Amino acid sequence: MAIVPIGDVVLAAVDPVRGALGQTDQEHLLPARELQALSFIVHIPIVCFGIAFPAMFLFVEGLWLRTGNPVYKALAKRWSKIALVLFAVGVVTGTILSFEFGLLWPNFTATFGDVFGLAFALEGISFFVEAIFIAIYVYGWDRLPRRTHFLVGIPVVIAGLTGSLTVLTVNGWMNNPRGFDLVNGKVVNPQPFTALFGGNVWHELVHMYLAGYMVVGFLVAGYYGRRWLKGRRDHYTRTAMIVGLTFAALAAPVQVVVGDWAARTVAEKQPVKLASFEGLGKTTKGAPFHIGGYYSDGEIRAGIAVPKLLSLLAFHDPNATVKGVETVPEADRPPVNVVRTSFMVMVSVGSALMALGLWFLVLWWRRGRLPRSPWFYRALMAAGPLALLALISGWVTTEVGRQPWVVYKYMRTEQAVTDADGLWLAFGVMVVVYAALIAATGWLLRRLASTSAADEIPEHG
Amino acid sequence: MTLALICLVLMMAGLTAYAVLGGADFGAGLWDLTAGGDEGGGRLRGMVQRSMSPVWEANHVWLIFVIVVLWTAFPVAFGSVFSTLYVPLFLAVGGIIFRGTAFALRGQAATINEARALGATFASTSLLVPFFLGAALGGIASGRVPVGNATGDPWSSWLNPTSLTVGFLAVVTGAHLAAVYLAGDSVRAELPDMERAFRARALTSGVVAGVAAIGALPILASDAPDLFSGLDHGLGLASVVASGLCGAATLALVVASRFALARATSAAAVVAVVIGWAAAQKPDLLPGALTLEQAAAGDTVLAGLLGGLTVGALILIPSLVYLYRLVLRGTLDQAYEPMDQRFVPTPRDDSDGEDA
Ligand code: HDD
Ligand code: HEM
Ligand code: HEM
Repeated sequence: MAIVPIGDVVLAAVDPVRGALGQTDQEHLLPARELQALSFIVHIPIVCFGIAFPAMFLFVEGLWLRTGNPVYKALAKRWSKIALVLFAVGVVTGTILSFEFGLLWPNFTATFGDVFGLAFALEGISFFVEAIFIAIYVYGWDRLPRRTHFLVGIPVVIAGLTGSLTVLTVNGWMNNPRGFDLVNGKVVNPQPFTALFGGNVWHELVHMYLAGYMVVGFLVAGYYGRRWLKGRRDHYTRTAMIVGLTFAALAAPVQVVVGDWAARTVAEKQPVKLASFEGLGKTTKGAPFHIGGYYSDGEIRAGIAVPKLLSLLAFHDPNATVKGVETVPEADRPPVNVVRTSFMVMVSVGSALMALGLWFLVLWWRRGRLPRSPWFYRALMAAGPLALLALISGWVTTEVGRQPWVVYKYMRTEQAVTDADGLWLAFGVMVVVYAALIAATGWLLRRLASTSAADEIPEHG
Repeated sequence: MTLALICLVLMMAGLTAYAVLGGADFGAGLWDLTAGGDEGGGRLRGMVQRSMSPVWEANHVWLIFVIVVLWTAFPVAFGSVFSTLYVPLFLAVGGIIFRGTAFALRGQAATINEARALGATFASTSLLVPFFLGAALGGIASGRVPVGNATGDPWSSWLNPTSLTVGFLAVVTGAHLAAVYLAGDSVRAELPDMERAFRARALTSGVVAGVAAIGALPILASDAPDLFSGLDHGLGLASVVASGLCGAATLALVVASRFALARATSAAAVVAVVIGWAAAQKPDLLPGALTLEQAAAGDTVLAGLLGGLTVGALILIPSLVYLYRLVLRGTLDQAYEPMDQRFVPTPRDDSDGEDA
């Protein structure tokens, strides 16, 4: 360990890991970081559809199998086609990410690849299964027997879960590394299973998985909610909206509980990250939580303090002692304001979305009807983009909060980076490429939307 | 066999699968590119679209498989390769984005101009990706990747005779494989004109690939003598000969319109090349820089990896068999639709009205 904090006294040691490819020049850190973050910001929202959409269209297909109502079939078919397109985009953006492990962070992979690599091998299997069965599912409509067709969808759902699990084992390990020994700066005796399943993976998995359902559910519900508000109140639109909304509304309250679990794990395993969530400079007993404001010189300025709330949130005890950012030297602190702001955004959005979900759930449960207020539908249209915002903010919280380490307390991000040149050029190119990719995908989704499935059903029965 | 060797064999098997299956998908792009004007080319393009749609994503995953096995089992080699060969690899991954997206979108194009723009992107990037990946492999095989973080030359490591040769071979081999498969698919789809068209292409590209492969030998001999010296005896030589025989057999089978068998022999030709390459490079993973045993991760990791892959294979193999069986039986076949005629207004054939 580099740092041995004793109260607020700090003992700094030399960097413990020697990179397997030697020391790097570090001059490329900024573009590499930006490129990595950009790539994630494109990949992660798309894969939410790989996580959550299959369960939704299978649910709708199940309704069709039970009732025989063609509206359900039309909807499930439509959604599965969209899922296939988004899957393709997920595949290409995911491929970029795997290349980036080598193109941007060769020393990280060279040094620790044996410790965490197994997870990606298993991930590859998951995505293989997903690719195979989603193709059979989509191209098999009307060609496979009904029950077989439904069953073919199930591996897609499972693979979305196991695929996320394996990726997140790696991230959980980077945040809470274990499963190897350091001898004279060399990583030896790697124990992949200990490494992967002993880290912070479990809260990350549940939190990310639910986030997928919230993002997709609210985006879908918002899309059909807009049509609803415009007066298109047919069975198709109503079903589509309610299915999306139900998945998202059920996930939203649970997400807050899981977020609390995440925060408590971070408090225990990464105290400096937790301190950055709040901007807590000095170690404090009964630490307050500030709303708004900004962090500067070890304290929050211009924020509203809620006494003891941070202690309560982090340890479920209003008088618990919370470690401050200043327990580690300047060089070992993450950029507090970035982490804090994104954390605040995530938590605010999470609370608002929970309220929105509960509004729907309670009415539905008690009165068996949809909300009548147009404001509900307006809020619903905003909810999807907000959930996306929370998703990205959450990842910024986790990843930037981990800085300056790539492997928490073992390897600095600057040690991991490539010595290759031209990264700004690559970054510029990728900005253009991603912009084109997003534009093209948006174009395609609009194209799919313009051939309306709903219009066709009433005429044909 | 040591664990490292088993992992290497698996990785090479994955690479072969990618070269054969993914390579054919890239090759289909070449035929798309050269199909000609909208009128005549539309039929060929429709065939490419129809054959590739259900399988290309699964075929692509082999590449991911190779990469993750490489970084898990041979992390230092992975870091060295990716940091030195960053230019071709970056270009290849850029091409992968464009190709995949353009292909997925083309199926939804509604006007001829959209279809043209997307088709051109799909087809041209289909040439670039195998070329750059082949060039990267050529850089490795000719010993131009040293161990270290971007310590090799970023340009001459892939702009050299061996790399250019391997890149070119990757493109033509893919084209040949694609033509063989597409000819077979045309028979199944009962489109005799397509069968003739792809049969002719399979023959031409097969001859080009064969000539290029023979022409490659003197280039390797002068540019990569170490590699070449592994090919002139023993397993290396046997593989080269086997590959040539398989290639010739493929041509004969194509002439005879026995496409199912030609599929197998054309794939076998690629398998033989990969085996020959591995034999020639033995015992090095990065020639002159790193042996397989030096590069290998510890036995716990390799055993874990093999265990994981075994479990994975138990799931994956039946799944793949199921997919390809459905594909080859035609269950997943989409109605064949030439890529130009969609844009001619036709009566909608929505029998059940649910097809959105
Ligand atoms: C729809 C998205 C979404 C919503 C509504 C929330 N989160 Fe979140 N959060 C994420 C999406 C997310 C994520 C998927 O982006 C992250 C990144 C890493 C992870 O495991 O989940 C995350 C990370 C993350 C972390 C850091 C975990 C770590 O570093 O290991 C904490 C402490 C929280 N969240 C806490 C919360 C709380 C208290 C919320 C509610 C009030 C909340 N999140 C709502
Ligand atoms: C929050 C983190 C991540 C999640 C939840 C996630 C999840 C997924 C999912 C569900 C897919 C399937 C494709 C789709 O549904 O569109 C996918 C594809 C992919 N992801 Fe990610 N991913 C994450 C991060 C990463 C990272 C860090 C990498 C790389 C190193 C990566 C590499 C890939 C690859 C290579 C694919 C394509 C697989 C294929 O060819 O089918 N992902 N990801
Ligand atoms: C499974 C694995 C991983 C997931 C899910 C993940 C997720 C993310 C996300 C969402 C971001 C965006 C944060 C931002 O906007 O700054 C990010 C940033 C970043 N990630 Fe990761 N990451 C993973 C693995 C990695 C790996 C392997 C590396 C490097 C070796 C890495 C290094 C970084 C860096 C340097 C940033 C930018 C941080 C900054 O701007 O300060 N991450 N990651």
